[in-house]
Amino acid sequence: MMKVKRGPWGRGSWGEAAAVLDPSKPKLTTSAMIASIASEGQRTSAAPFGEALVKVARERPDILGLTADLGKYTDLHVFGAAFPDRYYQMGMAEQNLMLAAAGLAHEGFTPFVTTYAVFAARRTYDFISQGIVEEGLNVKICCALPGLTTGYGPSHQATEDLAIFRGMPDLTIVDPCDALDIEQATQAIAAHHGPVYMRLLRGKVPLVLDEYDYRFELGKAKLLRDGAEILVISTGLMTMRALEAAQRLEADRVGVAVLHVPTIKPLDEATILREAGRTGRMVVVAENHSVIGGLGEAVAGVLLRGGVAPPRFRQVALPDAFLDAGALPTLHDRYGISAEAMAGSLRSCLQ
Amino acid sequence: MNAVTGARANAPGLEERARNIRRHALRMGQVQGQGYIAQALGVADVLAVSYFHALRFRPEDPEWEERDRFLLSIGHYAIALYAALIEAGIVPKDELETYGSDESRLPMSGMASYTPGMEISGGSLGLGLGIAVGIGLGLRRKGSDRFVYNLMSDGELDEGPTWEAAMSAGHWKLDNLICIVDVNRMQADGVSTGVLNFEPLPAKWEAFGWHVQRVDGNDIPALIRAFDTARELREPKPRVIICDTKMAKGVSFLEGREKSHFLRVEAHEWDLAVAALDEGAAA
Repeated sequence: MMKVKRGPWGRGSWGEAAAVLDPSKPKLTTSAMIASIASEGQRTSAAPFGEALVKVARERPDILGLTADLGKYTDLHVFGAAFPDRYYQMGMAEQNLMLAAAGLAHEGFTPFVTTYAVFAARRTYDFISQGIVEEGLNVKICCALPGLTTGYGPSHQATEDLAIFRGMPDLTIVDPCDALDIEQATQAIAAHHGPVYMRLLRGKVPLVLDEYDYRFELGKAKLLRDGAEILVISTGLMTMRALEAAQRLEADRVGVAVLHVPTIKPLDEATILREAGRTGRMVVVAENHSVIGGLGEAVAGVLLRGGVAPPRFRQVALPDAFLDAGALPTLHDRYGISAEAMAGSLRSCLQ
Repeated sequence: MNAVTGARANAPGLEERARNIRRHALRMGQVQGQGYIAQALGVADVLAVSYFHALRFRPEDPEWEERDRFLLSIGHYAIALYAALIEAGIVPKDELETYGSDESRLPMSGMASYTPGMEISGGSLGLGLGIAVGIGLGLRRKGSDRFVYNLMSDGELDEGPTWEAAMSAGHWKLDNLICIVDVNRMQADGVSTGVLNFEPLPAKWEAFGWHVQRVDGNDIPALIRAFDTARELREPKPRVIICDTKMAKGVSFLEGREKSHFLRVEAHEWDLAVAALDEGAAA
């Protein structure tokens, strides 16, 4: 049987596939787990999840931090430094991580658990489902490297985590956009009683939403800007890409509205139906996730069931494929989720 | 092994408890015409010693903070735990007539959301020990002197998370965690060690940092000694009691029956089984 070949090898023979560096271009290196998704010159805030959790935990002695050998890579080490006796290094054993969190929640504690999104979604699904969520235990699962935020390839790219977790009853799912969103979402999920899965951006996280009249509310979609031609419904980091693309299209006198949907489940169906129901605007759903099973299909279902038919419906999302390894800016362009690629998609859907 | 306590004097009472647990389980099996009855009969002595010798609990308040936590990792052993909960007065006896029926609090697989005294939702095998690690850490944080017990089957030794949890408990030196492994040597597809060989068991647990005892799980005085040792031990280690039990123990005509994982019992045999129990007691 022929082995599947990916990357440049999949596109040609060995000889053709060998990369030749063009000395005139800057060399982009593979974005490691510690890489920031911030673009050149973008304002950032350091470790917003870890900092926010420390702030909340000062008033909440029930909050504990647990990780599976990824404290430094999920910003939970900030919590560990502030509260060493409330920080549990559980070892690289994600199944046991989820179960131990369930046990601590049984005893009345509120564990914040961190690992990478791929491991939570793929490896520990049953442990989250039957250990934590079926019993409604108060565990917050906060995971770095959502969607395409590392260049390590499919082993680390959680392109289907939303699809996987949306199938789990009673699990709240949050995909914040930027540092401000993460800070406020951390406070909100700590105040909420029940199991939550939250996607995390870590390290130097872009700060964007402070320029908008915005406040995170669990379960609420928020209109960040209005526009007459296109309604973008977006979540996670794609909201910042949508805002940037909207600015680019504004220069061409194309009005782009952006509805930010940081809570994927339960979905704010009323706001989505209201905004999509305003006549004449085409709807583009943008997410840092596969086209399968994420926000795009969730919104499509809401619109169909609600009898709302926009003139056009498009998805800006990752393809249903195991993605390439490489440098993040290259990959974001290749798979259509950079601001520039997104602006191009919006323009093309007007034609 | 550590010193034997004076609890041996209670042994006759515990035998009666164990027989009642078997009787309740058989009645539930009769209600449904089926069930994991061989496991229930096999583990009845372990449950009798757990509930009526070792555990601290209040029947009227199953969520009492000062109780020992008893986790049933093996959800399909629910019929056995319900029998113990009925015998312990946590679940009313007449409720066993509802076993496995619509709207019953006693579903076929044990769930925390259905039954008072059922600490966790088991059934997806291999989950209990990891949850016990978290509860052990939680009790320690609270300064509680209570124990967490996890009852698991030998089949669950096949599951990877069991060994993640075993290593974790050893790492944290969880001296408030007592794991009971019911080695009845029978899994869904056949003899346990033939399905996947988990022996040598004591050496494995010892290597993970546990204090290990292996006893005849149908010998009540031996179980009492093992539970006392596990509770009174001063070593900062989690404790495991490996209990070798006999499927369908106590009902002689069922003990040797084939395919005992989901034992087939004919409609007329349930009453005979109860009678066989009583004969065994009289003998």
